[in-house]
Amino acid sequence: MGVSVAYLVSGVGDPAVELYGGQLVVDGMALFFQVIFTSVTALVALASYDYLEDMRHQAEYYILLLLAATGMSLMAAAGSLAVGFVALELASLPSYGLVAFLKQNRGSVEAGLKYFLVGALSSAVFAYGISLVYAVSGSLLIDAVAESVRNTGLPGVLGVGVLMVLGGFAFKTASVPFHFWAPEAYEGAPAPVSAFISSASKAAGFALAFRVMTVAFPIEGVVGAVDWVLAVQVLAVVTMTLGNFAAATQENVKRMLAYSSVGHAGYVLIGLAALTGTGDGGLVLGAGMIHLLVYGFMNTGAFLFIALAEYWGVGRTFADYNGLARRAPLACVAMTVFMFSLAGLPVGGGFVSKYYLFAGAVNAGVWWLALVGAVNSALSLFYYSRVVKAMWIEEPAEGVDVSSYPSTLYAAVITAAIVTVVLLPALGLFSGFAFDAAAAVLF
Amino acid sequence: MMLELLVGVCLLGAFVTFALPEEYAPEAALGISLVPLAVSLYMYAVFDGVGNALLGGDPAFETQYAWLTLGRYDVTWHMGLDGISMPLVVLATLLTTLAILASWTPIDERQSQFYGLMLFMEASLVGVFGALDFLIWFVFWEAVLVPMYFLIGVWGGARRKYAAIKFFVYTNIASIVMFIGFFGLVFGLGDSIASLDLPAVAQALRAGELGGLGLLSASQVATLAFVAMFLGFAVKVPVVPFHTWLPDAHVEAPTPASVMLAGVLLKMGTYALLRYNFTMLPGIAQSFAVPIALLGVISIVYGALLALAQSDLKRIVAYSSVSSMGYVMLGLVAYTMYGTGGATFQMVAHGLISGLLFACVGVVYNTTHTRMVGDMSGLADRMPVTVGAFVAGGFAYMGLPLMAGFAGEFFVFVGTFGADFAGAPVFTSVGMFGIVIVAGYLLWSMQATLFGPFESATDYEVSPAAVHDVVPLLVLVVFIIALGTFPYDLAFDAILEATRHRARPVRVRQHRPRVEQQSRPRGHRLRRLAGGDGRVGRVPRLWRR
Repeated sequence: MGVSVAYLVSGVGDPAVELYGGQLVVDGMALFFQVIFTSVTALVALASYDYLEDMRHQAEYYILLLLAATGMSLMAAAGSLAVGFVALELASLPSYGLVAFLKQNRGSVEAGLKYFLVGALSSAVFAYGISLVYAVSGSLLIDAVAESVRNTGLPGVLGVGVLMVLGGFAFKTASVPFHFWAPEAYEGAPAPVSAFISSASKAAGFALAFRVMTVAFPIEGVVGAVDWVLAVQVLAVVTMTLGNFAAATQENVKRMLAYSSVGHAGYVLIGLAALTGTGDGGLVLGAGMIHLLVYGFMNTGAFLFIALAEYWGVGRTFADYNGLARRAPLACVAMTVFMFSLAGLPVGGGFVSKYYLFAGAVNAGVWWLALVGAVNSALSLFYYSRVVKAMWIEEPAEGVDVSSYPSTLYAAVITAAIVTVVLLPALGLFSGFAFDAAAAVLF
Repeated sequence: MMLELLVGVCLLGAFVTFALPEEYAPEAALGISLVPLAVSLYMYAVFDGVGNALLGGDPAFETQYAWLTLGRYDVTWHMGLDGISMPLVVLATLLTTLAILASWTPIDERQSQFYGLMLFMEASLVGVFGALDFLIWFVFWEAVLVPMYFLIGVWGGARRKYAAIKFFVYTNIASIVMFIGFFGLVFGLGDSIASLDLPAVAQALRAGELGGLGLLSASQVATLAFVAMFLGFAVKVPVVPFHTWLPDAHVEAPTPASVMLAGVLLKMGTYALLRYNFTMLPGIAQSFAVPIALLGVISIVYGALLALAQSDLKRIVAYSSVSSMGYVMLGLVAYTMYGTGGATFQMVAHGLISGLLFACVGVVYNTTHTRMVGDMSGLADRMPVTVGAFVAGGFAYMGLPLMAGFAGEFFVFVGTFGADFAGAPVFTSVGMFGIVIVAGYLLWSMQATLFGPFESATDYEVSPAAVHDVVPLLVLVVFIIALGTFPYDLAFDAILEATRHRARPVRVRQHRPRVEQQSRPRGHRLRRLAGGDGRVGRVPRLWRR
């Protein structure tokens, strides 16, 4: 993590470093995403130390975690569709294992199996999409693809291929229509793994999606074959609306967070959906990256808080969180920060990153997308505040013992909270990197 | 840096109080809150702001630093106070201190959290009135919601959870509507602004830089934005028919939170209406004058009638706030120097008076454990000082001369009567009639509860309230009488300094941050004012020396 931050700040990715004949591209965007992955991985590893206490196969757990993180970093730097596919599998396969890590727990195993089946299906779709694109363009390098798709004679094949590739990304980012694994996987998995998958894995999906869609299929080049921006716009609206409304009806906190994670995928999709060619594309794409950065901290923190609650033996529903603030005020302050920041209240960086996204969308002329996002964001306060209400306002439930203080889990939650708050004033420092990186990818 | 100091002290104090052990929290919070109070009073004493901060005036205590850049738009930490915001900042710090003192008796659990939230709210309120950049302002505006939600939800009455979530969701949706409206303006302005700086936006709008947006023409953008922002702020004020969250929130909120809610939070709505709708889009405001005035008058009369129908003392005071904020709306819509100035004055006056009444009801409730008019009578014999303050507050509400309420309403009526929208005198007359209803319900409820032979439906010992309960009441009474006796010297001169430009052609100046403090002539505000404007002479020199 330290290395990735240092690389980002020192500007290694400017100009982009290309390795292995363009198979890997290390530019500002790759480094920016690697900061997200490594930060989340560090937080999750820190929290897992306590969470996995006295469990078997701890070494395997950390190996899988680091393998997945490696796969994600490769996804962010993939310069060809083949590398992208391999990296995606490298990130996904350890994730399946991690989700099913609690072998004795029915929910965990079931979630792992469901995740694996949906993942295998969407990998197949993704691979088939790649093969169709290869059939049209004759190359897997995304730069070369971009050149050959411009005046292709096979627009129909290309169009189907692009949509199938998009489907692969929808799986990884837990967007509609491949989102239905997410609630089960997040709920069944050990909470640190849920944090890892919902933050880092989602960001990795977007990293690959941003690069492939913008570089390989520039909209002005493929619009004759398929208007994928329109498809993404529809996906964004459906994803955020469905995620938010489903989250509002949940009784289980972890499941609520899972659906809210689907909703946030919808917000980030605005980053692609607003690349209409008018306005400043780098602005909105960079906004998506920034939102993923902030989301990496606030969402990881929220799931780690749940890990903390599971550690204490607190139940899974809202009612089980009643009065938790009297037992553990510090952790509950952190959770309150996460919830309000996710809802877009200005107590954390989530406010500014959403503001960037919506402003970018309006700037690109798709003001209705920003409107849907803003309305969704306002409604989301309803279910986020239920957690806060349960923790602070309701009377405590009986029989919960909060006597132990798992130090590393605590440290991870508090660190995530502090970073979330500090990102509110300090986002101005990071936003430059994101906007420059996004602009560099686009042009 | 004074303004940042003010916010910083409150924030730091909030964290300190939050971490303190229970038994020290009340005293510590009071001590900490005296610092911002002293600072704000000092700032008022040396206040030298000129003109309206949004319209090329020179606000006092101005600072500006770069924060974010978003595409074309710079976001800066831009703070400063002019004659409109300065009195409101003092109001916020004063009421916070008094509300903290008034919490000593009723709040007996989770005290450090309670007092920490009060100080956090104070920081946010000062920020709302001080911010001169939209995003900074919006951050503070939303941040006010969070402590209030907890104050109602944790320490409130029986239906506190319902009231808290209703307050929270209602006002948050209103904020989004307003946010969208404002950004409609920003995008409509296109290249003519380079930042979200409120003065820059206001001046660009008044210079006619607004362009069309998509299929909408410039005037349609302005109209839609005006309506969206109006709806957003009307919930906060609240204007009938958006007032339904208010009685629930007030009745369930603990007394100190009610004091803050009625005293300061409602003023955020009218302050924002003044800053955004009326200052930025005066033309649209002019064309909507009749419907807005109608809403204002409906608020006055209907709010008063609702108050008349209640038997819970707190509900009576809560509905009477709806009524009083109607006067502020009426003053704003008049859009004359005295109307707007009077509306601002009325904000301060109503903040003090409704704060006093809520505090009185709280003290009565602490002793008798009931707020129902029929459940008690003759309290005057048992708790004479509290009852005295209660009666003083009631008469201030009814507009007894030499009290702040009279001055505020008088200014508003003077300003509105001479306004040039259709039917202004009629609206003013009907609005005046509201005072009669106010007198009706306040006299009735005071007579029933405070006077006559002593009786109480509850079995609690009714004895004079503790000293720390009574002090806030007396301080408020002193402020109300002082403000009513010397309205010009204490507040109105400063306010008019910021509102008088309305009667003149707008002076548009390219706004730029002041790099260094320039020395300005520090003449008495009254003298500076009297030389300048012809309209001053039209107002009776009732309080002038």
